[in-house]
Parts: sequence; structure tokens; C-alpha cells
Amino acid sequence: MTTNALTKPGGSGRTGDKVFSTASMAAGILILVTLFAVALFLFLQAIPAFTADPAEVSGGKGFLSYIWPIVIGTVIAAAIAIVLATPVGLGVALFISHYAPRRLAAPLGYVIDLLAAIPSVIYGIWGYLVLAPVLVPGYEWLNANLGFIPLFGGPVSQTGKTMLTAGIVLAVMVLPIITSLSREIFLQTPGLHEEAALALGATRWEMIRMSVLPFARAGIISAVMLGLGRALGETMAVALVLSTGNLIPSLIKSGNQTIAAEIALNFPEAFGLRMSELIAAGLVLFIITLAVNMVARWIISRHQEFSGAN
Amino acid sequence: MSTTTLTPTPTPTRRNRLSKGRLPRWAIPAVGLAALILGAAGSTLGGFSVASFLIYAALLFVVGATLATTAVEGRRQGTNSFFKYLVVGAFLLALIPLVSVLYTVLERGLPGMTSDFLFHSMNGMTGAVDNETVAAGTPVLGGAYHAVVGTLLITLCSTVISVPVGMLAAIYLVEYGQGKMLSRGITFFVDVMTGIPSIVAGLFAAALFGLMFGPSTRMGIVAAVALSVLMIPTVVRSTEEMLKIVPNELREASYALGVRKWRTITKVVIPTAISGIASGVTLAIARVIGETAPILVTAGLANSINFNVFSNWMATLPTFIYYQILNPTSPTNIDPSAQRAWAAALLLIIMVMVLNLGARLIARIFSPKTGR
Amino acid sequence: MKVIRIGQAAAVLSVAALALTACGSDNPTGDAAGTGGSSASGQDVTGTLTGIGASSQKAAMDAWKSGFETSNSSAKVQYSPDGSGAGRKAFLAGGAQFAGSDAYLSDDEIESSKKVCGPDGAFDIPAYISPIAVAYNLEGVDGLKLDADTIAKIFKLEITKWNDPAIAKQNEGVDLPDTNITVVHRNDESGTTENFTQYLSVAAKDVWTYEESGDWPSDLQSENAKGTSGVVSTTSSTPGAITYADASAVGELGTVSVKVGDGYTELSAEAAAKAVETAEPVSGRSDQDMALELKRDTTESGAYPIILVSYHIYCSTYKDQQTVDLVKAWGNYVVGKEGQQVAADSAGSAPLSDSLSEQAKKAIDSIKVAS
Repeated sequence: MTTNALTKPGGSGRTGDKVFSTASMAAGILILVTLFAVALFLFLQAIPAFTADPAEVSGGKGFLSYIWPIVIGTVIAAAIAIVLATPVGLGVALFISHYAPRRLAAPLGYVIDLLAAIPSVIYGIWGYLVLAPVLVPGYEWLNANLGFIPLFGGPVSQTGKTMLTAGIVLAVMVLPIITSLSREIFLQTPGLHEEAALALGATRWEMIRMSVLPFARAGIISAVMLGLGRALGETMAVALVLSTGNLIPSLIKSGNQTIAAEIALNFPEAFGLRMSELIAAGLVLFIITLAVNMVARWIISRHQEFSGAN
Repeated sequence: MSTTTLTPTPTPTRRNRLSKGRLPRWAIPAVGLAALILGAAGSTLGGFSVASFLIYAALLFVVGATLATTAVEGRRQGTNSFFKYLVVGAFLLALIPLVSVLYTVLERGLPGMTSDFLFHSMNGMTGAVDNETVAAGTPVLGGAYHAVVGTLLITLCSTVISVPVGMLAAIYLVEYGQGKMLSRGITFFVDVMTGIPSIVAGLFAAALFGLMFGPSTRMGIVAAVALSVLMIPTVVRSTEEMLKIVPNELREASYALGVRKWRTITKVVIPTAISGIASGVTLAIARVIGETAPILVTAGLANSINFNVFSNWMATLPTFIYYQILNPTSPTNIDPSAQRAWAAALLLIIMVMVLNLGARLIARIFSPKTGR
Repeated sequence: MKVIRIGQAAAVLSVAALALTACGSDNPTGDAAGTGGSSASGQDVTGTLTGIGASSQKAAMDAWKSGFETSNSSAKVQYSPDGSGAGRKAFLAGGAQFAGSDAYLSDDEIESSKKVCGPDGAFDIPAYISPIAVAYNLEGVDGLKLDADTIAKIFKLEITKWNDPAIAKQNEGVDLPDTNITVVHRNDESGTTENFTQYLSVAAKDVWTYEESGDWPSDLQSENAKGTSGVVSTTSSTPGAITYADASAVGELGTVSVKVGDGYTELSAEAAAKAVETAEPVSGRSDQDMALELKRDTTESGAYPIILVSYHIYCSTYKDQQTVDLVKAWGNYVVGKEGQQVAADSAGSAPLSDSLSEQAKKAIDSIKVAS
């Protein structure tokens, strides 16, 4: 700071610095206040659900036994989406950044970005009109060959509106997010690192593994977390695709439910305690997201040295 | 390997080693052809279907080509080509659903893209009108103009609110607040907010404006605030990532030249990261432009054109699509509504496409020339 | 530099916005404004009327809005189909001048409505009657006949084959296939589900042991979909499926004739209207309130008891004369002959009977300015 002041004593530079740092801090505080207000709003609205007589809560056994199955459902749906979308998304990002012919790469990235923009209603309708019927034979095959695993227990849903379908639709929805962000980060890998690796005789894959992936690790995790955030909070697509129901182990039978879809499906007709329950469910979703993000932050913090600005 | 370099006859061996250990050009296509044939044979055994055929063929090809490369060119080259096939495979796999979605939207949306649809609202449209058009076979009346106007205005407002705030906050996190309590707090809440169900954001905005202007105050700006709540975390998160990977050397070089910190940030750091930031902002806009639930509780549902975000209800394309599909204008003849809904979906995609192009243009104008 | 570029961008944007403004039209049907001109009330009303409520009324609401605004060119009506619960809540908080609701106000809600509506509170007016069809997808089988117990057993998943003796006994001469029955229900909470389960729990009380509820009983795991259009499209694409949905939306699906008394009643608007006539007013309400207690187990032949009655909820007093005039004109239009007819044309609803319509008009005319 002092050196800067020396080069340009007084003048607009210092005020500029002050204004800029204050503005950025103010923006930070504004976000903090807003988000805190949202959390507070949720919490206040949710309190009746926690304090209500257990018999009055949906299901009649208290809030915990109401929320538990849909928490599991949410986690399963998001897990399927992330497990499917992460490798594919990273593959696509790598393809665009390091494999595709350069003239092709930009338009491809563009098309993928575009897909993040399709409204979730459309994904939902596509899911139950186009995707679900196509998947039914696949589910029957899974059930016939792997039916002994509870995940693929029968009888198979005849409409294909199952947890696995919902997970696949979510995967398609989060794929552009993961791809788009990680592609940007792959492209930022210092060219010198890559050229050094190649010059040492590394094959293309070895170059990627040695220089690109370590550099991008924190960014990849962030991209996956953003995708996971969308998968966890997605309402319309799941509400339209899934035949909802109680928690069951099978992924290819109708059943299961996610928090966001539960809220979307029941909110319009809800009032009084039911409304509080749904908002409390939203709060629980918050906590899940938070836990997941904390784990991610922890992983990133172990690789701080790859951040450029520390 | 090292023993061969020690052999006393270098010239012929070296020539040999350069040409040896390479698969001939025809080998990979040959493996592909074989995989196709074997895949067809394999899938025919269990009742032919296109899906199983493609799966078998792809698996056989990856395994076969990798084994061939490993056998001839060695393990490292084998791994290299294995991952090459995986990456290309991932890309092709991703294309299937994406192309399918786009095709569905195009196929169903294109017939509805008439000038009637683009430049008319739904004002005065009733089920009886739809019933008549179906009975008479005349073109579908009514359009999405009011929803286009609403979408543009509401999204513009929320972008104007959230991009400066989000970017400044990200700058604070990366450039000023490293390790401070405040920055940890912001990071914490931003993380929490990425998973917020969109309806909650809508309810929050509705409650906020309800406190200020009376219950159920619905207008465009309320929706813009609700969307900002959803957008800001995405903007902060992606901008933060992009700023972080700007090399410290650049900052240090700038400081060393005596440039002030805020000039360094605006002239060096942000231009370097601008392409990524633009892409992140586009993603954030794309995420909120398709939101349905928060719009409904904040902006209501209108059938007529409204240019004022500060008064009266507004419709947006997603709410238009949602209600045309789930509550058709005429329950007995849902085809006109379905046609309008798909056309609106196509329109929404086109709008985001234009927006995306714009963001890329901005990024290109402001970003420094790079090698790539 | 940057400022100039931003300025250019802003200029381009505003020009684009102007261009957009210039070429949009609010008149998609191409009619000259005010074709009808036959205003129901005859007096000129102005202002904007806001309603929030049931999505089941949306199609009818579009028709009412358009008809009302045509004959009252300086009045505007806006309706947001958020859902019945949301509508009643917003109405009770003073956020809407009327609510659309698939259920009438509870006694508690009437009590709390006195805060915004004055000492006489709010009241319910039936505005939209829709028969609920029990619809099935079974090729070559038309006009299936079922009694309440059998319907309940099917939806309770106790009858799982279409050629079950219980079904065959009531449909002699019909060739029933050996197909599995796939039950499709609504997965969102809805007035349709509430009315259907109410019918089952009253008319088939020995079989249907669940309480009436807007949520499908969670013990019964079967296929489901969101919204009327969702269950209809799922049922249409699944052979052997059966569902319940608003009659206007079932399209090509077969509909069940329900056993009432000694005969089977086919689904029709007249049969639904007849069932409404057998209903009795809910006791303990004010004179204005027209909440109906539907008799699901009616034995009157020709009545179709699976119906949804959706209400409009109004305040007994509003704060100024302009609003009162507007609400009265609107309310009278909706329950009047013209309003009921446009709803029937657009949304396929069953019109109110003349006596109900008169009664509703009388109740609406009693709305006055708060003193």
C-alpha cells in the first residue's frame, strides 16, 4: 500500500481505491443481509411445524418421520444426477477444451451453454413424454438381470416415471452447468504447464492428468457443487417426471419423493400447518445443501496452492 | 527399452523404433468395423434393438482399440487412447439427450412460430376461440408477446440488480476479504443459497414487498428481486472461481508498476477473467429466465401487455408455457395450447441464444488477446 | 471507451424496446372492441379487480375475464391460479378482492375474514361446477359401468385385473381383457382429489377407509402425475390405466357410468347439475353464504355424484363504492346466464341451475360499502 501511495501521492487514486473497496465490501454485506433475511424468513415460517403436535403433522408421526423419507429421496435423486453428469460433463468439457478441432470447439461450447437455458418445465415434459417410455425396456432388462439387487426390484413401472428417470433428467439438466464452468477452467490452465508436460514426452492424457486436472481441481469441485445445487433444488422437472410415493429401495418402480418436488406439488393448496411443514422442508433442503457445500469447501481448502490469488 | 539404446548399431534401430510401435492407419477403423459387426451379432442374440447394438459396439470398440494400441505402441499410448475414446464417448453420450430435447422442442415449436404468435398477446383468448379454430381448422390465434415483454423486462431488472452486486462481492471475496470473518460469512451463505428451492425465493420477495406495500403486491420488480436472490449466488460463485484462477503474477506485475489495486482489478484482473465471468453470468441468467414458481407468486399472471415493471401484473414465458400445458385455455381441445407452449419454449431458447451471443461478444471485446 | 460502448448498447437496446412496443398487439382474436355491448349490469364500472385462487377455474376464468372486459371496457380483471389454499390465504390477508376456491371457507376462516371484510365476514358463491370423470384407457371397451364399491376397490388396488368378476358382473356382454389395471392419481394436492376421495369415503364407506383429503392416501402406491393434463396424458399413453379427472379434459378416454340408486348414470353436464340440486346448504352459515353440502350417496336417478363445485369468495363489504360496483358487476356476470354459458363453451363446465343462479345474484347484490 505504501509503495502505491509513494508513486502517486494523494489524488484520485487513493479515493478510487477506497470507493472500490468499500463498494465491494458493501456488496458483500448486502448479500449477507439478504441471504440472512431469507434464512430468517424461512425459519420463522417453519417454526410451527417443529412445535406442532406430532399427530397433526402429515403422516401423523411428527415432523421427523415426515421429512426423513423425502430427504433420502432428494439425496438419491441428486446423487444419481451427479454420478451420471460429472464424468460425462468433465469428458465433454475436456473434449471441447483439449480434443475437439479448434474451429469446432467454440460452437460446441456454445450449444452446450444453450442447453442450460431450457426451462425446467420443458425438461420435465420431455422427461415424461420422450425419455420415460424409451427407458421402460431398459428397466425391464435391469430387473430381469439384476433384479436380485433391491435397487432394481420389480415390478417395473409401466410408464417409466421412476426415480432413475428423474435422476437421468436431472443429470441432463446439470450437465451444461458442469461442462460450461469446467471448460472455462480447463481453458485457463497456463499454456506453459501444458507445453512443458508435452515437451517432456507426455502423451496428451498424461499432460491433462499432470497439468490440467490438478490446476482445475478446485474449479471442478465448484462446478459440480453448482450442478448439485440445481439438482437438489430442482422442482418442476422432478414433479412432472416422477410418480411420487413412499420411500422404496427400487429405482425402477414408481415411488420416492424429493423435497423440492414435494414443496412444488403441495404448496398451492397448502395453508396453516401444512404450509409451515413445506417451508420447514425447504429449510431442511438448505441444511443438506450446506452440508454438501461444507464438505466441498473442505476438499478445496486442501488444495489452496492451486488458487492464483492467495 | 534402455538396453536397445545401448546397442552398437544405432542408425537402423532408431529408424526402426520411429516407425515401429505405431498402429497402421487402417487399424482403428478396422477395429471399429469389427466392433460394429460383433455388436450387431451380439445384440441380435438377445433380440435386436438399436440401443443394445450401440452399447455393445461402443464397448467392443473401446476395449478392442485400447488393447490393440497397448499391444503395439505400449501401455502409455494405450492409456492415452483409452481416455481419448472415453472423452469423445462422453461427448457423444451427452449429445443424445441434448439433441433429443432440442429436436422435441423444434419439432413441436416450429409450427407455432407465426407472426400471430410473436406479435399478439393472449388478451381476450378463451377456450371457445380455441374450440372454434380446431373445429374450423384455422390457424391458432393468440400469442406470447406479453410474455416476451415480461421475460425481457424482469430478467433485465434482475440482471441489473444481481450482476454488479454479485461481481463486487466476488471481488471482495477474492481480492480484499481473504481470511476475514465477513468473507467467510458471505461464502457460507452463498453456499447455502445455491440450493434454495426457487419457490422459497419467490415467497421471500413476496413477503418483503408485502411488508412494504401491503399484502399480495405483485409487479415485475418483485419478481426481479426474487430472481436476483436466485441469481446472485450463481454469479458470486462463478465469478469467484474465475477471479481465483487469474495468475498472481499478473497482479504482482501490475502492483510493481505502481498501479493501484482498484485499477489493477478493473484493468488487469477482470479483463483476464471476463470470458469466464460472462459465461457464468449467462448461466445465471439462463438459470433464472426459465423459472416458473417464483414468478407466479410475485408477478401474477397476465394475459395482456404490460410495459411497466412497477405496476400491475406481468406474464413471463415460463409461466406462459407452464399454464398453457398444465391448464390449457380450452381443456377440451388442448392442441392449440400445446402448440403455443412449445413455440414459447422455442422462443425462450432463441432468446437465451441471442443473450449468450451477446455475452460472448462482450467477453471478446474486453478480454485481452490470449493464445487460445 | 467503456462508457461509449455501454452508451451504444443502451441506445441499441432502447431502440429495440421501442420497436417491440410498436409492433405488439393486445387483440389476438381480431375482433373490433366491444362486440357484445350487452353489459349484464348495465352500469359503467371501472377499476381493476384482483382474484387469486384455484387453478381448476383457470379456463373458465379466461372466458369470464374476456366476456366481462368486453362489455365493461374500462374494467379489468386479473386472476392468478396459484391454488385454492393460496387464494384463500391471500384473500383473508386482504391481497385480493375475491378468491377462487375448490373448498368453501371453514368456520375459522369466516371468523378471520371479519378483519378485512367487516362484521359480516366473507361468503362463498358456487361459480364453477365440473363433473369429475372416472376415465380409463381400454381399447374397444366403451361405457363401462361400475358401482362405488368397485371403483373404490380398483383405486385401493384390491382389484388388479380388468376381467375381475366384480367388474364383469356389472358389464355383461362386454369383452373385458385380461390386462392389469394401472391406477393413475394426482401427485399434487388438489380439489379434484379431495372431491373424488370424498365421494369414495361416503358412497363406498365400507371399502374406502381413508379420510377425504386433497392428498392421495400415501399407503396406496401407484402411478401418478401432476395436474389434470398430467394424469390424462399418462393414462392415454398407458393401456389398462384408470384415473379420475375433470370431465372436460379426458378427451378420447372412456368414462365410467356410475351406479346411482338402481341405475347407472352416464357422465354429463345435466347429470352433474342435477347432483348439485340435491345438495343442501351447509348449516350455521349467514344468509349470503351458499356453501353446499353435496350428497355423494344420493340415490336420485340421473344424478352424477362425482362433481367438483368451485366457489368464488367475496367480502360482504368493500371499502368504496367503486369497488362494490365492480365486484357486483363481476359477480353477477359470472353466475348469470351469459357467464355460465361462456364458461360451459370454453371450459366444459356444467352451468348453474336457474334457481341457484338467482340465489347467487341475490347474495351478490347484498354486497355494500363498509360503514
